[in-house]
Formats: sequence, structure tokens, C-alpha cells
Amino acid sequence: MEAITTVELIMLTVVSAATPLLLAATGELVAEKSGVLNLGVEGMMLIGAVCAFVGALTSGSWMLGIIAGAVGGVLMSMLFGLLTLIFLANQVASGLALTLFGIGLSSLIGIPFIGLPIEKLPTLSLPFLSDIPLLGPLLFSQDVLIYLSVIMAFAVHWFLNHTKPGLVLRAVGESHDAAHSIGYAVVKIRFLAVMFGGAMAGLGGAFLSLSYTPMWVEHMTAGRGWIALAIVVFATWKPGRVIIGAYLFGSVTILQLHLQGIGVQIPAQILSMLPYLVTILVLVLISRHSTRVKLNAPACIGQIFHPNT
Amino acid sequence: MPIRLVARQTHSRLMTWLTPIIALVLSLIAGCVVFSLLGYPPLKSLYTFFLAPISDLYGVSELFIKAAPLAMIAVGLSMGFRANVWNIGAEGQLTIGAIVGSALPVYFPESDNALMLPAMLVLGVLGGMAWASIPAFLKTKMNTNEILTSLLLVYVAVLVLSTLVHGPWRDPGGYNFPESVVFQDAAVIPGILSGTRLHGGTIIALLVVLSVWLLFSRTVAGFQVRVAGLAPNAARYTGIHFNRVIWYVLLGAGGLAGLAGIIEVAGPIGQLQPIISPGYGFSAIIVAFLGRLHPIGILFASLVLALSYLGGEFVQIKMGLPLGIAGVFQGMLLFFLLASDLLINYRVEWRTSRKFDRARTD
Amino acid sequence: MWSCLTGLASLENWIQPDPESVPVRTRDPNEFIAMPASNSLLSMRGITKAFPGVVANDSIDFEIAEGNIHALLGENGAGKSTLVKIIYGYYSADAGTIYWQGEPAKISSPAHARQMGIGMVFQHFSLFEAMTVRENIELAVTSRKKGVELSDEIRSVSDAYGLELDPDRDVFSLSVGERQRVEIVRCLLQSPKLLIMDEPTSVLTPQEADKLFTVLRRLADQGCAVLYISHKLEEIRVLCHHATILRQGKVVTQCDPTQVDTKELAELMIGRSLKPPTAKAKKTGQVVFSVRNLCRAAESERNISLKDISFDVRTGEVFGIAGVAGNGQTELLGMLSGEVLADQDSAVSIDNVDCGRAGVQARRDLGLASVPEERLGHGVVGNMSLTENVFLSGHEKYGLSKNLLMHFSNARSYSQKICDEFDVRHSGIHVDASSLSGGNLQKFLMGREILQYPAVMIASQPTWGIDAGSQAAIHQSLLDLAENGAAVIVISQDLDELMALCDRISVMFAGQLSESYSVSSLTAQSIGLLMGGAQVELNQDVGNAN
Repeated sequence: MEAITTVELIMLTVVSAATPLLLAATGELVAEKSGVLNLGVEGMMLIGAVCAFVGALTSGSWMLGIIAGAVGGVLMSMLFGLLTLIFLANQVASGLALTLFGIGLSSLIGIPFIGLPIEKLPTLSLPFLSDIPLLGPLLFSQDVLIYLSVIMAFAVHWFLNHTKPGLVLRAVGESHDAAHSIGYAVVKIRFLAVMFGGAMAGLGGAFLSLSYTPMWVEHMTAGRGWIALAIVVFATWKPGRVIIGAYLFGSVTILQLHLQGIGVQIPAQILSMLPYLVTILVLVLISRHSTRVKLNAPACIGQIFHPNT
Repeated sequence: MPIRLVARQTHSRLMTWLTPIIALVLSLIAGCVVFSLLGYPPLKSLYTFFLAPISDLYGVSELFIKAAPLAMIAVGLSMGFRANVWNIGAEGQLTIGAIVGSALPVYFPESDNALMLPAMLVLGVLGGMAWASIPAFLKTKMNTNEILTSLLLVYVAVLVLSTLVHGPWRDPGGYNFPESVVFQDAAVIPGILSGTRLHGGTIIALLVVLSVWLLFSRTVAGFQVRVAGLAPNAARYTGIHFNRVIWYVLLGAGGLAGLAGIIEVAGPIGQLQPIISPGYGFSAIIVAFLGRLHPIGILFASLVLALSYLGGEFVQIKMGLPLGIAGVFQGMLLFFLLASDLLINYRVEWRTSRKFDRARTD
Repeated sequence: MWSCLTGLASLENWIQPDPESVPVRTRDPNEFIAMPASNSLLSMRGITKAFPGVVANDSIDFEIAEGNIHALLGENGAGKSTLVKIIYGYYSADAGTIYWQGEPAKISSPAHARQMGIGMVFQHFSLFEAMTVRENIELAVTSRKKGVELSDEIRSVSDAYGLELDPDRDVFSLSVGERQRVEIVRCLLQSPKLLIMDEPTSVLTPQEADKLFTVLRRLADQGCAVLYISHKLEEIRVLCHHATILRQGKVVTQCDPTQVDTKELAELMIGRSLKPPTAKAKKTGQVVFSVRNLCRAAESERNISLKDISFDVRTGEVFGIAGVAGNGQTELLGMLSGEVLADQDSAVSIDNVDCGRAGVQARRDLGLASVPEERLGHGVVGNMSLTENVFLSGHEKYGLSKNLLMHFSNARSYSQKICDEFDVRHSGIHVDASSLSGGNLQKFLMGREILQYPAVMIASQPTWGIDAGSQAAIHQSLLDLAENGAAVIVISQDLDELMALCDRISVMFAGQLSESYSVSSLTAQSIGLLMGGAQVELNQDVGNAN
């Protein structure tokens, strides 16, 4: 029994470590599929985290906290959409600006809340299913954001591949000129995709400050926004593979923590490098086959759309 | 809407230099709003943020000390940005440059060799270049996105520094603080103005920026880098391989960031600490854009961003405002700049008639 | 949340004028309005559209009847594209009225145009490369059918008109002709009353064009009107019932093209008679440029691999490479100019010096010059001034750079010289290259290369999409270059151009280059067969002693 609970514990922590990545990467995938590269995921996550924390603490409702996190992310993404889609600014620079701004603003908002305790998101156990040994607690006794992360990944897969609006969204990312020429509102579609990305990044941040470590710490995302971006590339823009990617990186994070915990004779800092190094390694392995990446990547990604020039 | 945008026939050079000023003014206005929202008197706060820090010689010298690394890193990055190579990991290259350069005083704390300091600077450059060569190699040989690799390597570099100052490089006589030995005099950049902390590194930075300007505007290689950024196919047409441009700009930017790093630790700091930069590597991105990716513009822009750091410290000390305000100001500045850059390629007109459409004829 | 969205929509309008919000201005009621004829499908009265600096359409009157194939004829820049974009709901006219089936109509967007029964096949296809034929069609039709059902409908329509298509293929794997079929089928699924075809044959072999004409005639017989845009006079005479000729934004005349001869049509279109390029008696000398067994594996399935290409070009000779776009011409040009290196040094040689492994600069030093198909972004940098653009090639030859430093005063006088000698109309050599018109840009590009007096000149699609005046000037300069002893290679899709310029022609098909044939032994039909990959028994050029 003892062994089983340890395994369960590790798997549970893997799920928590993977969830913020899954949420943010699924959102970013939709934005990128529409042809917009938003490098501001880190900033949107941070704002999501701080808004969710402040929202939950001041209202006393975790539900309002989650909504506040999503709204924070959306507002940030609208700033990005305004810059890149309306003011036609460079997407890479605007994404960086969004991250720098998000880091500063979140620390500004969060100052009065540092170190305050908050109750962790409640788990919602599904009756009967959660009683299944081993798998039960893992799959059916989690908090709402964990369910949502997996559901959204599948929903996005369905949306992109089996619905007309999904087809249109992919078409806009494939060739904005062609989409425009047959009469689709490229800017509007992209703005919505960017906002969806913002909401999901906000939820990823909310999970960090409400569930993963239920408190507000400055720059608590610690690069997860960037890892989420890498996961999208790793997944070659396929939502199903985003789940695999997120759980892979979740496992690396937890592995590293457990190695530190059981006293492996390696400095903690070197173990902490592991997630970043593994991300780079995986990116390299995927990108090496340039044709594979090119075939799946949205052809218009990062390009500025401007009708009639 | 009575407003519409008309594409310019040719980009406006006037607007290229006017939009940073527009952005700055808009940021000041937005700054007023932020201060009011936080419950501070806006004008007094603005004064404390932007004018009080440079109201004496010491303040001005501090401004130059902070501007020096920003300007050096930003000119390096600007070369890459012009070529569409997005090295956003200058903070990591700065860190590794500082570490490699500091190896000398850490391992030879007694040496008073006159070559100590020059050797440190060279090692700093090499360290930054080495760190930047990782994304360059991965980009050119493995087709891996340099934005993500260079950024992720920042986290790794900072952890390398932390490993060293917590472990092998910790000063044995330092009461267990995670810091290296305090560098001996031969390993410290001398001051140039008594009563201030102004040091020779500032002059190095100025010389570096001016020589990059010459390199960029007058040499064929600089021209080719610019062509590569504007039109990669045209670069192939002139006979330059894009991979070579990637190596040029990443090594250039990495070297300059490394130099900035070693100048920081051999200058104002004087030893290795877990945190050696308040994010110069990231703020330099804003400096590069605000300075129009042009070395002279970058000199001015570095002063603006340096002021935002100084101002942030000032309002923290004087008014108890959080330090994050500097980051917010920097982010807003870049937002306003990117948005107003629209004016470079478009004209805003009041819609009085529908005589012209926004589009140009095809 | 929703208020955010509506705010967003108005923000977008801020940039993108919403055609619906701006009513088309109607004329003064006292003014005489010619009412459309009773069988008229589409009728336009007094259509005017201006852009900054140019009036693209100036009070155009125009009418199409049901079941008619109506040609819209004009040079590049005459205003044809603007007019059809107004019909297709892209632009709204500044003034004038459109009548659709006798009723005044406002066409507010392409989607609206499709609803009304107007379909359009674009000159540059509006297809999504990474998607299947079915997905491409699904995107453009309002039909509720999906998946298998839609595939069946695609098959039935394409069979009915003889336009074979596999709905499940990815578009990037289709030939240009097949892609055009996708666009046509996409329109036909909407059962259009009016089909607009924008320069449809510019990418087809003559045989494919004939097939297209059959389809269009069948459509017309069923009562669908076709608006056929072209500057090719012969095909208009063969296909169309009526023609409207535009020049500088105005209707010059309307006529029955079968009753007017080609020369007359050309003069109406261009507004003056053009001197055809003249070549003096040629003296061809020894081989200066030779390609031997050049191969290149495709980088991905979207590229063409080059298979065993060999040819020679002599001094004073103009050698043409014909072929439908996408058969490896782009890849070949890259390997000839040195932008892509060959595996063998002997694959390319200039003046008997092997240079297959040498880069662009080394080949330029040997006397090679090239003008790529894509002007902006390849031949010149749009966001740089004309002066800066001269540095792109030959900066060492002209003393524009010394010891790796650039000399701007020399560059300025050189770019001035190019503009003077090649009649480049510009508003100053300091302006961005992108502000030049296509014709002037191409003259600048040609001038920059020709003034370096190359021994070998390769020009790809040298007159694609430019006005007739510039076209004639460029043709003459290429002939002059050959006359002065250079070897000239012209890669083009335009058969008329190749027939007018070249001494010998080879045809590129699926990465292979055919034998070369002397122009006198060729007809457009025989080249057309070669362009479609057929083997043709012709007298091979005897002068080409391989």
C-alpha cells in the first residue's frame, strides 16, 4: 500500500505540474493556428496568476478567482491584439513587450498580497469513478482547472479539425491573403484567437496561484510561459500532442524535485536547470526535421496582415 | 469613424525619429494615470521618478553607469533584430560573460598583473559569445527557433551563476554569503570621476557603440546584415548565406552582452553575486527598439531606460512605491512605441470624403 | 465581454473601411441615367474609383448580357483589376451605380457577391496550400454539405464540366492547371450567374487553355455570363462575344473582337503603335555558358527536383527556357546564379571555368548577371533606396566599395546613371525601391545588371506584369546586349515573348529540360505540347552541337 500511495503522489504532482503548461499551450496553439505568434504567454500567465489570487482572496470565492485570472489574461491578450492586428506592430517585439509589462504589472498588483495564505482549489471528486484504486484519485478526484485543461485540449482538437469555424481559423493562419480574398474577416478571427490564448494563459496562471502553490510569489511562473511556447512547437501544432508535451515537461519538473528531495548528490541549481535543458533538447529533436515542422506550422505565422498591399 | 489610415508611398524618416518621442510623452501621461490609480500625487511622483534622480552630479553619473551596459547590449541586439534574428537571451549571455571573466580574480585573487583587467574583459566577451553560439548552432544546424533557445538559456545561465556562488566560488572568508571574493584592485575597473562611481566601463561602452555604428553604416558586411533582415532572398542574391548572418549577429550580440556583464562585476559591483543585473539584458531590447535599431538612437534610448531604473529606485526609497513600477513604465514605453510606429508607414487622415480608399492601386 | 467584441469590430473598421457603412453615392437625379437593357445581367454606369495619386476607374460604363463571354481588355495598370474588384465587392466605387438583373444593387463584400451569384477565379490563386481540395472548396461555399457529401458534389460538378479533380488531394501537390480547376469548381458549386476570370491563361499551356475555353463556352451556353480579363488579343478573338477595352482607367471602346484585327486591338489597348523589338543580323560565337548534367534533389515535397539538365549558350545568342511555372524554373535559376550550389563543380561553367561550387560573387566576377523573377524582395530590397540597392550586385566592379567600406557618392552617381540610361521614372534616387512601378523597377534592375556589361545574362520572367512600353524597352535592351556579344538566357512563361526574342528554345517540364529547338522550327502549339510533357518529333536545332 505504501508504495502505491507514493506512486499516486508522484503522479498527482505530475498532473499539477503539467496543468498550467497544458492550459497555456492549448491557448497559444489556437492563436498560432490563426497565424499569430504571441510571445507574451509568460506575461499573460503572470497577470492571470495575480488576478486570480487577488480575486479569490478578496471575494472569498475560488470561482470568481478563476474568472478573474481568465479576464486578466484576456485583457493582456487584447493589448497584444491591438498592437499587432490593429497597429500592425511586429509580433515578436510586441510579445516581448507584453511579457516585460506583465512581469512589472503583476509585481505591482501583487505587492500587498505577498505571503498571504489562501485555500487551495477544492477537488471535485466524481462519484464512484474516484473510488477506482490508483486511477480513481488520479483521473477523477482533481480540481476544476485540471479537468478543464484536458477537456479544452480535446475540445480544441475537435474544433480545429471537425468544425467549419475551426477550418476557417486554420485557413486564416495558412494564408491570410487567400482568406481575405474569399471574404473572411482575418483581423476579427485572429483577435478572437488571441483572446482565447489570453484566457487560457490566464487560467494557467490562475492554476499556479490557486492550486499548484496556493499563494502569490513574484514571477512565480518561472519560465513556464516560454516552455508552453516550446510545447506548441514540440506538438507540431497538434492539440493531442500538446497533452503529451505538457505531461512530459510536468514529469521532468517533478523528477527534478524528487531527486532533490531524496538527496541526490547534485547541487539543487543544476537539477533546477533540467526542465529548461530538456525543453531545449526536445525542441532540437523536433525542429531538426525542418520539413516536418514546415508542413505543420501555420504558413502565415508571425506575418503582419494588411489588406491590399 | 472619422479617422482612416493611408499607406505612405515611402516610409517616413521624420516619423522614424518622432515616434520615440511620441511614445515617451504618451508613457509619461500614462505614468500619471498609473500613479493616480495607485493613490500617489501624479506630478510629484513623476518629478521624483524622472527629475529628482538626476538633479545632481552623482545622480547623472549613476545614470551613465546604468546606461552603459544597456547601450552595449542594445547595439548588439539591434544588429540581430535588423536581420530578423531574435536573440532575447542577452541576460544569459551577460551572466556567462561575467562568470567567465571573473574566473581570473576568483582563481588568482593575489595577482596584481597589469594584464589582469584586459584579460578579464576579453574572457567576458568570449564567454558571452560562447553562450550565444549555442542558439546560433542550434538555429543554423538544427533549425531550432532562436527565440526560445536563447531565452531558456537565460534561466540556465542564472542557475550556473547561482551554483558557483553557492558552491565552489563562494568566498571562504565571506561569512557563508553566496558571494565570490571581493576582486583585488588589479581586477577592478578604475573610477574616472571622484565623488562618483563613474568608471572606465562607460567610456568603453561609448567607444563600442560608435565603432558598431561605423561597422554597420559604412561596411559591406553591415549592409549585408541589413539586407538579410529586410529581404532574405535578396541577401542570397548578393551572395551572402543567411546562416553566416545568424552567426555574425548572435556572436556579436553575445560578445557585447558578455562585455557588459564583466564590466558590471569588475566595475560597480566588484565581485560575483547571485544577481548581477536588474534585467539589463531584457531592458536592452526596449532600448534597441526605442533607439530605432540605430547606434546613435540607442545611446539616447539607453539614458531613458537607465532613468527608469534610477527613478524606480528613487520612488521606492522616497515614496515607498514598489520597484515593479520601473518594469511597468518600460513595458508601456515599448507598447506606445510599437503602436505609434504605425505612423512610419501610414498617414492618419480625417475622413472628409471618400475620394481615396486606404489601399494603393494594384 | 460582448461589448468588448463590438468595440473590437469598430476598431477594425477604423482601419479597414467597412463598405456597408458607406453608401455608394448616387448621381444627381436630374442627370441622365442610361437604364440597362432588358437582357442585361450586370450593368455599370459612371463607375469611378480613385486611389492616392491615380484615378483607377474614371466614369466607366459597362454591360454584360446573360450567356455572353465578355472580354475586359487592357494593359497592366489600365484599371481592369480595380473594376472587377468593384464587381466582386472588394472595393466600393466612389461614384456610379451598379445594376444587377436590371435592379440597382450594392455589392458590399465578396461574400455578398457570391450570394448574388458572382464567382471569381483569381489570377494569383486564393488557395490554401496545406489543405485538401475539399477543405479549400468548403471554405468558399456556403453549402451545408460536409465531408463525403461535399466530395461527391465536387466530383459530380467536375465530371460534368470535364475538370477532373480528386477532392482529397493536398493543394500543394497539384499543378498550376489543377489549382485553377479547384478555383473554377469552387465557383461552379455556387451555380453562378456571372463568372469572372482574371488572366486565366497566363499560367496554362496552350492545350490547357483550349480545354478551359471549352468549359467556358459550355457555361455560356447554359446561360452563365463570363467576364474574361486578359491582355492576350488572340485568345479574346477566339473566345469572346464582346470586348470592352480600357486604357488609363477609361473605356476606350466596345467592340466585337471577331470583327477587329489583332493589330487594331493592340493599338486601341496601348494607345499608340509600338515598335516591335528588332534584332540585327546575329553573329554567334563560341560557347560561354555551359551546364552539364545538373541535378538537384527536391528539399521537400513542395519543391521540384532537377534532373540531369544540360545546355550551352554562345556569345551573341538568346536562349529561351519555356515552361509552365512550377516545373523547376525557380530552382534552376537559383543553381545557375549560384544562390544554390551544385554538387559538381563541372555542372556550371562560364567561359570554360568550372564554377558549379562557386557562390554568387565568384560567378559575378566571371561575368554572370542575373535578374530574378521576383523583383521586390529578391532582385531589390523594397525598403531600401535605389542608391542602396545598387550595392546588391557588382559593388566591387564599380568601385562602389573599397576595402570593405561602402562609397555612397559613387553609388549615387551609378544609380543616377542607371535611371538616366534606362528611362527609370522615379521621384529621386533616395526613395524606397518599393515606390517604383513594376515596369520602372524592372528597368532599374535590368539597368543595374546590364551596365556591368555581363558576359552571360540570365533573366527570369523579365516582363511579367509590366506595361507595354517598359516591356518593349526591356526586350530591346536584352537584344542589344546579345548583339554586343553577351550570351542571354531568358526564362519565361510567355511564349510570345520567347518567340520574339530567342534564337533557340528549350522547354522545362517536371524538372527536366527538353532538347533545344531553333525558333524557326517551332510553333506555339508544338511548344505547348512540350510544356505539357509530351514528346515531340521536331527538327532539333543543328546549331546546338552538344
